[in-house]
Amino acid sequence: MNVNEALEIVGQTHPGMVRSHNEDSITFDADYGLAVLADGMGGYNAGEVASGIAVSVLSSEIRHRLDTARPEQKEAGAQDEIGFALLRDNVRKANLSIFNAAQSQPQYAGMGTTIVAGLFYDNRVAVVHVGDSRLYRLRGETFETVTRDHSLLQEQIDSGVISKEMARLSKNKNLVTRAVGIDAEVEPEVHVYDVEVGDIYLFCSDGLNDMVEDEDIGATIQMLRGNLALAASQLIEQANDNGGRDNVSVILVKIKASYPAPSGWWAKLTSWFRN
Amino acid sequence: MPAKLILSMDGAVIKEYALDKERITIGRKPHNDIAIDNLAVSSEHAAVITILNDSFFEDLNSTNGSLVNGTPTLKHFLQNNDVIEIGKYKLKYLNDQPTQTTSADFEKTMVLRAPVRTSSAAPAAPVDEQNAKYESTMQFNATAPRDVPRPAAPAAAPAAAGTPVAVIQILNGPNLGKELELSKNLTTLGKPGVQVAVLARRPHGYFITHVEGTSFPLVNGSSIGEQPRQVNDHDVIELAGIKMEFYLKA
Repeated sequence: MNVNEALEIVGQTHPGMVRSHNEDSITFDADYGLAVLADGMGGYNAGEVASGIAVSVLSSEIRHRLDTARPEQKEAGAQDEIGFALLRDNVRKANLSIFNAAQSQPQYAGMGTTIVAGLFYDNRVAVVHVGDSRLYRLRGETFETVTRDHSLLQEQIDSGVISKEMARLSKNKNLVTRAVGIDAEVEPEVHVYDVEVGDIYLFCSDGLNDMVEDEDIGATIQMLRGNLALAASQLIEQANDNGGRDNVSVILVKIKASYPAPSGWWAKLTSWFRN
Repeated sequence: MPAKLILSMDGAVIKEYALDKERITIGRKPHNDIAIDNLAVSSEHAAVITILNDSFFEDLNSTNGSLVNGTPTLKHFLQNNDVIEIGKYKLKYLNDQPTQTTSADFEKTMVLRAPVRTSSAAPAAPVDEQNAKYESTMQFNATAPRDVPRPAAPAAAPAAAGTPVAVIQILNGPNLGKELELSKNLTTLGKPGVQVAVLARRPHGYFITHVEGTSFPLVNGSSIGEQPRQVNDHDVIELAGIKMEFYLKA
């Protein structure tokens, strides 16, 4: 089955109740099995510019490449699958575009963005992230984070300085240790996970998980799994009802059917027609 | 404005110490940042580690120990107004830094610049092992009698503290008379695959929204369509052939 028939994707973004503009950017395209979410930072409208560059670089470059290549295949001599490499390399590319724009235009100095993106192919999802935008997964009754934040707080949790429970009380939230566009180089974190039919994936900016407890986010998706668009708007509504102190964005991806990579002769035939 | 410790004994303030460096030591010897010349205090008794806006108390295996808020403590993540007791001395921790949650400015995400690690051997992020279980949809069936599951007592403080507790009472069918307290932010009603609606508790009241099914729920006899609709005391909701009354408990 084609990935676009196997996935249901919805996304919403909202400025929240306090901020005057929305520095989050999202895009998704079921035809390519792609979801991208970025949470920009920087003065004036620089945050929007940064997250906008990141999202457009990833979505246009990846789609362009996948018009002539299969994500599960490897370039001759390459170690990683094309899908994996596309996520990693295009985050680096976005990093450089943002960094260069910030260097050349004083009003954009210091801008940057977090990013989380997923590419669904061959019954798997490749996930790239930088910063504290997250991917969660609901599988059966278990709702858990898939990504681990690049943040001071997460580092403190990892090194045992502070417990996960105590982390809620920390005053050091929102300090990310990696971001796209603030340095000439960035280290994207990429992993590939197996996907099961019935899974629901949530990509979100910290405007959601700072305002709504993980347990409530999971319960909402579980209850409203029959209506993904409503689940997305309920999540945003809950963040806003709890104060909505930041922009809030969500992308929900439901796996409706399995989507193995087309096998042998069929893949060759279709790729031959594409060329 | 850095956080600070206020040293006092018997209610009389002795001195204030700003937590303006990463590690501040407390002890009897004069080289400590907070030197307390008293025999009940170990020579190097305790330390306070400060990382940006968070501070951590640590007892350095002192002879007589330390209390934090009355409890013997070795390590503690300090919160505003915590009181550390060492012998007869008290150290009150004050961090009146507006919590990030009170001022939009503090919410801004900032980047902590760290050298970019170029090693590609990043550890695989383990998937968190928190097995959250959720109650399933409240189900009812007009033909097969079925107990209406009772919701668990609300675990955390309700988000909408000012909202009175609302209840749904079933008015017909095998579950006639059964009540369901709407103790959670969201409660789904109906039968998955047939017709489901969700009742959301919001700061300004309760709202019903259609989730799935070919027909929409009725409120007081009229269809709500696709949009959320506020429900008021004693409204009658009807879905999947079941009528129920929504009311607010005094």
